Order: sequence, then C-alpha cells, then structure tokens
Amino acid sequence: MKHLLSTEDLSKTDAIDLLDLAAKFAVTNHSNKTKSSALNGLLVANLFFEDSTRTRFSFEVAAKRLSADVLNFTAKGSSVSKGESLKDTILTLEAMGVDALVIRHQNSGAAQTIAASSWSNAAVINAGDGTHQHPTQALTDALTIRDALKPSSDQKDLSGLRILIVGDVLHSRVARSNIFLLKTLGATVSLCGPATLIPSKLKHLVDEIYFNFDSALRAEFDVVMMLRIQSERMQSGFVPNSIEYSSLWGLTEERFETLPKTTLILHPGPMNRGLEIASAVADSEQSAIVQQVRHGVAVRMAVLHKLLVRETS
Amino acid sequence: MSKQPILITNVELANGSVTEILIENDVITQIGVVPAGSYDQIDGTGLKALSGFVDLHTHLREPGFEQSETILTGSKAAAMGGYTCVHAMANTNPVADNSAVVEQVLAQGNAAGYVQVQPIGAVTKNLEGKTLADLGRMNESLAKVTIFSDDGKCVSDSLLMRRALEYVKAFDGVIAQHAQDPQLTHNAQMNEGELSLRLGLTGWPQVAETAIIARDVLLAEELDSKLHICHLSTKGSVEIIRWAKAKGIKVTAEVTPHHLLLTEDLAKDYNPIYKVNPPLRTQADVIALREAVADGTIDIVATDHAPHQAESKDCEWAEAAFGMVGLENAASIVQTTLVDTGLITWEKFEQIMSRRPAQISGLSNQGQALEVGSFANIVLIDPKASSVVSGETQSKSNNNPYLGMTLSGKVIHTIFRGVITVRNSQIQQIGNHNAA
Repeated sequence: MKHLLSTEDLSKTDAIDLLDLAAKFAVTNHSNKTKSSALNGLLVANLFFEDSTRTRFSFEVAAKRLSADVLNFTAKGSSVSKGESLKDTILTLEAMGVDALVIRHQNSGAAQTIAASSWSNAAVINAGDGTHQHPTQALTDALTIRDALKPSSDQKDLSGLRILIVGDVLHSRVARSNIFLLKTLGATVSLCGPATLIPSKLKHLVDEIYFNFDSALRAEFDVVMMLRIQSERMQSGFVPNSIEYSSLWGLTEERFETLPKTTLILHPGPMNRGLEIASAVADSEQSAIVQQVRHGVAVRMAVLHKLLVRETS
Repeated sequence: MSKQPILITNVELANGSVTEILIENDVITQIGVVPAGSYDQIDGTGLKALSGFVDLHTHLREPGFEQSETILTGSKAAAMGGYTCVHAMANTNPVADNSAVVEQVLAQGNAAGYVQVQPIGAVTKNLEGKTLADLGRMNESLAKVTIFSDDGKCVSDSLLMRRALEYVKAFDGVIAQHAQDPQLTHNAQMNEGELSLRLGLTGWPQVAETAIIARDVLLAEELDSKLHICHLSTKGSVEIIRWAKAKGIKVTAEVTPHHLLLTEDLAKDYNPIYKVNPPLRTQADVIALREAVADGTIDIVATDHAPHQAESKDCEWAEAAFGMVGLENAASIVQTTLVDTGLITWEKFEQIMSRRPAQISGLSNQGQALEVGSFANIVLIDPKASSVVSGETQSKSNNNPYLGMTLSGKVIHTIFRGVITVRNSQIQQIGNHNAA
C-alpha cells in the first residue's frame, strides 16, 4: 500500500492487517505511554483545508506516538485563503521533504488527485474529502465493532454481523467509507433515513434500505450507527425541520428501549444530542462512542505505520 | 489579384462518384474531366471531398479569455478539423450581447481568414437571464446574427424564454437553448447516478435537461417559433425531440462528438479532463444519441469546443473548469462512432457536419453542394487513415480527452473560399499573422 484514499479499493487482507496492528497499538497506548520510534526522522504533514478537531488531533497524536515530526497546516491563516492552488500548496510541502500528507479537504477526490499527480511522492492519507470518503473513520468504527462484538474469538473479520446506518447517507463520507469497508469485512449493511438523503441508486451498494426507522429497528441489528444531521439539510429542503427529523429518524430513549441489550450504538461525531441521538442513549452502556475516539488514535498509528515503515522481515 | 486555379484530381464525392474539381478564385467552376492547364494540383486519390464543415457551437474565447483561445488560434484549429465556418458563442467578456461586440468578432474572424466566423448573439443582457439583449440590432449589424444563445447558462425564466422565441420571429431568428434547470443542478459536477454517489460528487440529473427541453418545445409550438437545442446528452431528451418533430414543431437539435463517444465512467479517477457541461452520461445515452443522429431526430453534430488553459484542469475536480476541446477531432469521432459502425452514410455525414448546420444558421454561402457555382468550401479527408490522437494542436489549449485514443479518418486538406488553409494536414500561413 502506498496511499490510503478510499475503503472502496481496500482489500480484505489489508483491512484486517490494519485492524490487527491498530488493536496492538490500542493495547500499548492503554498500558504504557512510551513512544515507539518507528517513524523517527520522518515528516508527516497534516493538511486541513476544512475545520476538524478530533480527526486532526487524532492524527497528530498518532504521528507523535510513533516519533514522527509533525507539521500542521490549516487553510485558515495560510496562503490558501489568498487563492493559492492545491497544486502549489502540495509543491511547497514536497519541497520541504514530507513523507506523508494527511489531507482533509472540502472537495471530493482531492486526496486522489494529489496521489495521482506528479506534485508529490509522499504517501497520501485521506482524512476526509468532501462527501466522498473518510477511510480512517471507517477503520475506527470497524475496530470498535470487532472489539465490542468479537472480543475473544479468532474471527478477524465481521462476517455474520448486521449493521444499520441511519441518517444523512447522501452527504456522509463516513457512511460511504463504512458501507464499503464493512461489506468487505463480511458484514451485511443496511441503510435507514428519509428518501431525500438515501438515494435509490444506493440500493446496489447495500443489503437493504428502510424508509421507516421503527420497522428497521424491529429487524434487530447488531450495530446501529447514527449519522450527524446538519441544519443546512432543513434549509435546503431535504427534511422539513429538526423536530420532524428527531421524531422520525432520531434514536430516542423510547426507540432505544425496544432494542436488544446487545445492540451496539455508534456515532462518528460530532453529535447533535437530542436531535439524531438522545443524550441518555449516547451515554448508555451500549454506546461505544467514547471507544470510537480512543480507537481513532490507534487506527491512525496503524495507517501511518503501514504506509511509512518498510518491513524488513 | 487572380490566383492560380486549384485542380483536385481523382477525388471521391460523398455519393461515391470519382471526379475532378476545378476551383477558380473562390468558386467551383468545373466538375468532371478538366482540360489540361496550369493548376495548383491536389491529388485526391483515396480521399473524399465533402462540403466544408460548419460548426454551430464554438467557444473562441475572444474577447476576454485570450489565454485560452483567440479568434485566430480557434480558426486555425477549426481549419485543421476540416471546418470552413464556425459559430462563435456569445459568452465572452464583454458578452456578445450588442452589435459592437458581434461586429468586432466578425472583423477579427475575417482578419484571421481561416474560416468564416459567424457570431452568435446572447439572448439576455450580459447572460444574466433578466432582460433581452439587443437581438434586433445584432441581427441588423454587419454580423447579421440569426442565432441567439446564452450558452453556458440556460434561459430558465419561462416568460423571458417565451419573449425571446417570439421576438426573433420578426427576422427569422433561432433561439439556441442550453437546457439546464439551474435549481436542479446547483453545484452539479457529473451525471447523477450510482457513480456520482460513490464518488461523492453532486449529481446533474437528466431531468434538469429534459424538463427544460419539454417546456421549450411546447413554447415553440405555441408561438410557432424556431428553437434549437444545444448539446443533447440524454436518451430522454432524444425522446422529447422525436415527439416534437413528429408534431411538426420547429425544433432542431445538436449533439457533441464527446457525447457520442465518451461515458461518465471516465470520471471515476476524478481526472477533470472529463469534466464537461452537460456531463458525460451512460452508455445507454450514447447509444440513443447515435441512433437519434441516424434517424434524423438530431440534426447536426456541433463541437462545443471549449478550450481552457492548463491551470483550469490541473486541480481537484470541483475546482476545475467545465469543457473540452473538439474542433480538430470532431470529424474522426463522427466517422468512428457513426460511419464505421454503419449507422450513417457519407452523404448523411456531409449533411450533419455541413449542410444542415448552415441551413439552421441561414447561411447560403456555406454547406453548399459541391457543384459548379458553389463557393469553394471543401474538405478532403482520408477515410481509411487511422491514427492515435497526439497533443499536437493549433488551439491555444490542450484540454483534449481523446489523447492516446485511436480514431478513424484524417483531414488532409481544407479549402476555405478557394484558399487552401490546410494542406497535407499542415496549417498554411494566411495573411500576415505571426507564426504563433
């Protein structure tokens, strides 16, 4: 693997390798705080053209745990706001000798465009591009699911598990990344939400689509993943208003009560408590939302390690 | 000054007959066996002589965007593609919405001398879609504008479209519509479908095109006006035009070479060379468009030649400009997709590339049959040639999606009003322009 751009082209073997490596890092991160020297002398650039706190922090912590030097670039305050092209920004960083480019960008395909260009030889890691992909988030979610539901088994993949993704799939790079990765790992993936946010052409990519949340929940999924709904969606007519959204598509306490006690609740964050997910549900024992954040660092360490360390054995 | 007459020998016409053509000054003076004399002789062996091509949809970019193309460079590219006439789209800066700009474009075209440059006027002032441009005065100007288009933008306001269609009837004008509902295509990047969903690129739904075409053919019927639809891209659009023509509505339609050849799958790696408006569609659409040319539903092929400087495509997809060049490869694409596949004859090829576009534009001096008395606007192509598209171009831009593709046919010579503009596939020096 040279780059991590999308989960669509990630093989099952590579995905499982990354999860296994991340699982090891998760244990060592928890047990001791000593740094690995794996990326000593390498330069990782975090290029964030779009606001992010958790993903940027997570990549920064991951790189530092592996002893890489880290350069943080945010579009705000840089020459991008004065109209520098993506190409010129990348050429500048290339001249500084970066080994990995972690990129978050508002335009779908930006990471792939950089990887395919002659602008840079660095490893490109997609940290979220437009409404396309956010592969490290999907790997984080997969690790969290495996850790919670297959803790002691020898099973490395997610076969047999049934996963429901709920909400604004149309605009969600997290949903897209998860659909491909979870299916590659053998899970069945279904979608639920208003028809304006779950285009019918998605039916070729998933196992089932539900337009009624309650009937979906009666199908007793192993994992229910709630997506963030943004207020712009109400303004542009995808859904009437937040009250209706919450009432039809929110994981309320009432809906939560109907679920089996084993159903795992995920949310990639940031959450709108009380809108797509009730506070009590987010904070319940069945929620793995905090583990998702913890696993985020381990997964990003695994990705940096896999792309930057030349295995000698 | 009288020039040496040009004699084309042993050349095949569209109907398959082999003959000689004598050109004196700017007209064809003999067809058949020509007596010996002192001629500038062109050996037409193995070549087809067709009426010079007429493009109804060309972006020459001048005035305002000369870094991408000029009237001179675009004219040279056109000549290389076998064209003797191009219609310059109005979306320049300043916009061609008044007689001063269209007369300037006309004059620049004449000065370049490679093809007839016929200006198209804007429908609305500054392409803003709010008030009508100086339609009548552009028609009465030296440019004699008969086709009006806000191309690049749709005349989406129903009332304004009605007014425009009605107003130009006074001088037998045509409104050429860029059919795209702006609200259904807000920030649209590519064809809406499974691929756009996978790529996370905002979709351009087919109904945004068909809905406007449906509205406009009904308006044209109601008003008995002439409507032309630019760059049809979908199967549904073909069905509406077919229905409208069956009802006798005065609508004509064009398709671009790229919509006859390329599909949306090319977008899968986010290479913006394939970003174009309307977007590349599916294989089913490509097949429907080809069949529509064959059965006459679509009248003509028009290039929508849209040059862009390198920076406009050397970036991420969403930042890239829409459009691709087309003048130099159009004839080869039409041969490859329509003639070689058996869908159309060479006579039909000549119709869709030359005769019919000239008729739609009301030009009597272009698209004429190759016969005695016609202006000598002639292209000679080698239909048996097959070549890989290279980056060599007369255009100022090279946003060419066909690079590396093998296409049939090659333009060997082009003659514009008795002047050889392209000889042995080489552009000729005309007038006193600098080599660049």
